[in-house]
Amino acid sequence: MKNYYTKEAMQRFLNPKYFGEMSDATGVGEVGNPRCGDVMKVYIKIDKGKIINASFQTLGCAAAIATSDVICEMVIGKTTKEALSITEQEMIERLEKLPAVKVHCSSLAIEGLKKAIKDHEEKQA
Amino acid sequence: MKNIYFDYAATTPIDENVFKEMSPYLQEKFGNPSSLHFFGQEAVFALDKAREKVATFLGANEREVIFTSSATEANNIALLGLLQGKENPHVITSSIEHKSVLEPLNASKAEITHLPAYKTGIIKVEDILREIKEETTLVSIMYANSEIGTLQPIKEIGEAVKKINEKRKNKIFFHTDAVQAVNYLPCRVDDLGVDMLTISGHKIYGPKGVGALYIREGTKISSIFHGALQERGIRPGTENIAAIVGLGRAIEELKKNNKKRTKELRDKIINTVLSEIPQTKLNGSRENRLANNVNITFKGVEGESVLMALDQEGVAVSTGSACASHSLSPSYALLAIGLSHKDAHGSLRITLGRLTTEKEVDYLLEKLPPIIKKLRKISGK
Repeated sequence: MKNYYTKEAMQRFLNPKYFGEMSDATGVGEVGNPRCGDVMKVYIKIDKGKIINASFQTLGCAAAIATSDVICEMVIGKTTKEALSITEQEMIERLEKLPAVKVHCSSLAIEGLKKAIKDHEEKQA
Repeated sequence: MKNIYFDYAATTPIDENVFKEMSPYLQEKFGNPSSLHFFGQEAVFALDKAREKVATFLGANEREVIFTSSATEANNIALLGLLQGKENPHVITSSIEHKSVLEPLNASKAEITHLPAYKTGIIKVEDILREIKEETTLVSIMYANSEIGTLQPIKEIGEAVKKINEKRKNKIFFHTDAVQAVNYLPCRVDDLGVDMLTISGHKIYGPKGVGALYIREGTKISSIFHGALQERGIRPGTENIAAIVGLGRAIEELKKNNKKRTKELRDKIINTVLSEIPQTKLNGSRENRLANNVNITFKGVEGESVLMALDQEGVAVSTGSACASHSLSPSYALLAIGLSHKDAHGSLRITLGRLTTEKEVDYLLEKLPPIIKKLRKISGK
């Protein structure tokens, strides 16, 4: 049988590990997708140049929730520079694949991360 | 529990008796009704019988019914066929019509007035009267909306248009897309006062790939397709006999729709969801809506994610969220009745049918609240 989402994407969506507000975040990025109306908030905690924690709050489709979870998982333990080099393709690979119409959801997650890092840097400055 | 279907407005399964009656026409009774021999005449007989059934249901003459390949095709034929050759025609329609009405009108050269559907999802007869002018040729208003289930005052429009026509030379024709209405509402064309009416096979437990168009005697429809003389040349192409036979039988089986029971189950869903899940609202009029339609907005969540989470539990529903559309735009019908993009984003459509049981409804009502709760936790809203 053919499913709309891969098993990996569905599992992420149904059981995300990184959702929720983070009270001690050092950077927060909120982005909205002007195309579909999804809204995403990415929280990160940076210590000594490394992202030691990340979480998200997403009002969006299954793909938006799944990619939010993926980005959080991917950035933990990375330097901000490493985190910023994460590509849509790398994220989608963790979900095996995404329906073509859903690929833009992964760029929303990347935008959210960028904004959170920028927020952190501005607060440090 | 097996998979549960709550998307009857999208399509319905073929009724058992419909299937039985259709089957022979796929193999042993395969003739082409244009042929003069026995095989052909057997098909002619079947075609006539099906036409008679549809005509009887509509209170129409058999000559006034043509079969098409879909309701979309029927709507195109009705609208474009009527407008063809008319100079500067003006058409009045609503902002919540199906795409198969809106798009052919957009493609025509006619001037189009889109009437508002207000918060209730119901257009006003007085708005039609106000918009009518000398060039007005056609009024096309759907009988029932597929997304929000709201019922339009077709009979009242029919009466009003008739009155106006008595006083003018160039007649205003009245078309209704009755695709969603056939299951639950009376469709006698004289009672409704319509000149054209569209029906679909697969929304009424018949097969896909077949529709019918009622065209009142004296309504001149130019051919938008060109070919041989099937269906009076209005819809040339060899008739899909099996599907047409199925549509005819589906019309006969309409009595199987239990409107009262469907309504009770619908109301159980509406009442339970609105009372047990906070921050929810029903879209479209509560009173004037199809017996099988529920359309609810859940604030703080997105519809596609609700759909996917329910799908995982074996429950199939639909949503007007942008995230579930190929165009990534929310349902225009929801926006037309005043929903914000945000509220359309969190909408869910649940449509019931002949096979819906109370057990299925209870299962849905058990699974839905925790899903909304969880997704709200994820969204933080």
